[in-house]
Formats: sequence, structure tokens, C-alpha cells
Amino acid sequence: MRNPLSKTIVEIPPSGIRKFFDIVSEMKDAVSLGVGEPDFDTPWHIREEGIYSLEKGRTFYTSNAGLKELKIEICNYLKRRFLLDYHYESETMVTVGGSEAIDIALRAMLEPGDEVLIPQPCYVSYHPCTILAGGVPVVIELKEENEFKLTKEQLLSAITEKTKILILPFPNNPTGAIMTYEDLKEIAEVVVEKDLFVISDEIYSELTYGQKHVSIASFPGLKERTIVINGFSKSYAMTGWRLGYAVGPAAIIKQMLKIHQFAIMCAPTTSQYAGVEALKHGDQDVERMRDAYDKRRRYLVEALRSMGLECFEPYGAFYVFPSIKSLGMTSDEFATKLLMEEKVAVVPGTAFGECGEGFLRISYAYSIDNLKIALERIQNFVEKHRSR
Amino acid sequence: MRDKILETIDKNSKISAADLAVMLGTTEEEVTTAIKEMEDEAIICGYPTLINWDKVRCERVTALIEVKVTPQRGLGFDKIAERIYKFDEVQSVYLMSGGFDLTVIITGRTMREVATFVSEKLAPMDAVLSTATHFVLKKYKEHGLPLVQKSQDERMLISP
Repeated sequence: MRNPLSKTIVEIPPSGIRKFFDIVSEMKDAVSLGVGEPDFDTPWHIREEGIYSLEKGRTFYTSNAGLKELKIEICNYLKRRFLLDYHYESETMVTVGGSEAIDIALRAMLEPGDEVLIPQPCYVSYHPCTILAGGVPVVIELKEENEFKLTKEQLLSAITEKTKILILPFPNNPTGAIMTYEDLKEIAEVVVEKDLFVISDEIYSELTYGQKHVSIASFPGLKERTIVINGFSKSYAMTGWRLGYAVGPAAIIKQMLKIHQFAIMCAPTTSQYAGVEALKHGDQDVERMRDAYDKRRRYLVEALRSMGLECFEPYGAFYVFPSIKSLGMTSDEFATKLLMEEKVAVVPGTAFGECGEGFLRISYAYSIDNLKIALERIQNFVEKHRSR
Repeated sequence: MRDKILETIDKNSKISAADLAVMLGTTEEEVTTAIKEMEDEAIICGYPTLINWDKVRCERVTALIEVKVTPQRGLGFDKIAERIYKFDEVQSVYLMSGGFDLTVIITGRTMREVATFVSEKLAPMDAVLSTATHFVLKKYKEHGLPLVQKSQDERMLISP
């Protein structure tokens, strides 16, 4: 028999997080701080709208780009929150979560051999999706001393003649880093000067603390070069609904829509109706959840620091990214031992890129009570291993 | 700061001043002082516990009584409301708009106890014109909290 497999796929390593998940799922009664999704249920009025749409028998396909009503609400929302101006008809499409949007944006824009700049540590899918789209991933290693922000110098030194796309994953999973207006301004200038395109993954845009999220697409000359990706999973606690969207220049959206049309057809209809309700009446829920995350964030950062773990201040998403270098263990070792000895699951930083070595991703999408139990155990662990 | 403290302890009064301080980004001293002040000003009036009495072997009856009263010159409804709320068995008293004047919520050990209160204490008051008593059959949610067991965390333990 011939080899049934694609070489490209076989050569892509499985997600590092997957490997760790397999170990964790064997453990009984482990306390986890390892998830990348909200602990809140989707607000009831949004769920209720989904139920209502099912009761009304709205169980058919929608148009490929999504419900008109939803696209209009998306554009209203982006305008209201981030001063972004998009047309619902030609510049907006609804996707199956932000992750589909990442994939099809790359596929619509890349020629074989084009280089894609990926600042790491970052979410696990940019790298493999770039390869699948025929591109060449080029990693930019973000540094703790820069608060895990992308700097102009780092960007410039990574650009070659083949560079086409910069991925901008802020607020960042796993570090919790954000890019301020000033930080982005420098990046925006380089992007225009070097004729690059940007895929800006802003899925955590509602979860920033103390300062409002700024989108790179709001800078002059950048709207023409940027695909903004966002969705409902994190801001409205709707991960399981699989609902996201992309906005950008009509010419790119048109081609993305083609892939979407052939591969997906349309995002789930029930989810789209629920999404309309979320955008229309969900602002308060977002605020309530953001407030809760912020309290836990302070609590967690304070607790980790008081254990002597260095921890830069995260201003976005729902993760902290403490350094464990002082304990003389690798991230993998720390996470595995912590799980075996204290039954607490956290994700080693290396799951998000090699430069995550020496760090852990700890999620605060948990109740304070849960955090308390986990932190006590982490403290035991740290004390035990420090005195050795 | 006061608003933030109140919002946080509204659903969980057990949270310590030290934890509150960390969560709200302030000092423990400031939290303690603010809480003390609010207690003094009767903004915070107590720290009761939300108990689902149905789950313990303890018979308790709750009734909601609609009361029509005659307001008194110069005092409005306040005086008569006070006369009613001073009874120990009265849990809540609200002045209402609409078809009647006061909502009185009372709990007793038995239905007879509630009936006795209504017929011997409440109804005979001079200012009380009429009462209508409704017994509570089951409580589903109180103080914004459903009276059910917390559901398990159904998320996968690790996800990207």
C-alpha cells in the first residue's frame, strides 16, 4: 500500500499543550489552572436567544459570510469600542471561531515561500497554519525585559525580502502582555515602510485591565493592510459556540470567503443569533466578567510574587506568566513535578514556543476559592524545591 | 472604593480584608477602615448567611403578606411599618406601589404560628385595613444565588 499521509502534515509536530493534556487527563482529582477559556457560563440572555432561535426553527444555513444582522452589529461594535470603521457587506465575515479566521487569512494571503513573522510565546496555531498555507514561519522571540511586547528593533531585524505577514497576537495568550498606542505606533510605521500585511488576533481585546485595547487597524494607512480577527469566545464566555469574525480590506475578505464557502459553508446558525444578542445587550456582562478577572489577576500576581516567583505585570487576557528560573528546573520539569507531587495542572511556557522556557502559563479563569487551593499547593511545592 | 468593596462582598461576605485589598489593588488598612465606616453609617447592616432550610431537617414556613394600611398624618407609612417590623418573626417589610401598601415577609416554625401572628398581631392593629397571606411553597433563588448545589467544572483540564 502507498503511504496515505501528507508529508507536510506528518512533519508538523503536535501541539505541545496536547502532550501535557494527555498526562493531566490521567490524573484524578487534580486542581487545574491550565485552561484557556472562561469559567463563566455564557450569560443567560444570550443562551436564551440561542434557544429561542431553535424554537423558531432557525436551523438552516445562513449566507456564507454570516447573518446580515450579525455583520451589522459586529461593525457597530468595532466602531463603538475600538474606533474601527468597516463595511458590513464587503469587509466583514463571520467565522467558526477566531481560529478559522487565522487559518483562512493565512491561506488567502500566502504564496509558497512567503515568510510570516510570528512573535512567540503565542497561541499554538499560527505556526502550523502558516506551514499548511505554504508559508515559512519566522519566529520573533519576545523578551521578558520588554514585558513580552514586540519592539520596533526586533521587528526590523526579522524582516527579509520574503516577509509578507506579521502576526500580532495582543492581548497575548500566554503572557498577558498588551501593546499600547505608543508601542503600536512604532510597529505600524515599520509595517507601512516595509510593505507588510498584518493579521491582528484581537480575541482578548475586551480583557485588558487599566487601559483600553488599541487595534493596529486604527492607525493611518493600516486598515488597508490589516485583517482584524476577533470573536465571542473570550469576551462573552462563548467558547463552545464556535463564533468569531474577521474584518479587513474587501479584496482579502473576498478570497477568505471563498475558502470559507468551500470548507465550512457558514458559522452555526444558532450561534449567530446568540451573537447578535451578545453584541446588542452584552456590554454589561463583559464588564462584570472583566471586573472579576481583574480581581483574580491581582490576587494571583500578588500570591506568586510573595512566593518569590518573579512575575511581570500582565495587563491583558486571563493569564499570568511567572518565571520559575530561580528554581533551577525547566518548565516541563516544573509542570510535571507540580502535577505529580501537588496535583496542580499548569501549562509549561514551552508549549507556546521555545522562548517560553523558564516560564509557566497560569490561568485565572477560575473562582477565587479554586485559585486559593491551587496557590497553597504551588507554595508548598516551591518551598520544598527551593530549600533543596 | 466603597462601591467596589460592596459589590465584592455582596455575594461573599466571608472574604477577608487582606484578600479584598489585594483584589482591589489597595491596602488592608484602607479596606478595614472603609468597612468600619460603612458599618457605622448602617450602609452595611449585617452579614447573614444564605441557608437552604429545606435541606436541613427543620420545619420552617415562610409567608408573604400583602397588607393594606391607613397612613398616619405627618408620619406616612413609616410608623406603622416600624410597628410591624419590630416583631421578631418578621423578616422583611417593603412599602409597595400598586394594589396594596406593605409587603411583610415572615417566617415561623409552623403554619399555625404564622396564622396566629396574622390573626392576633397584625390584623387587629388599628391602622391595618386588610391582609392577604400567601405561603411560600419552594424557594429557588435568593439574594441573587440559586439554592442548588454548585455544578462541576466541565471544562477540560488543559486547553490552549
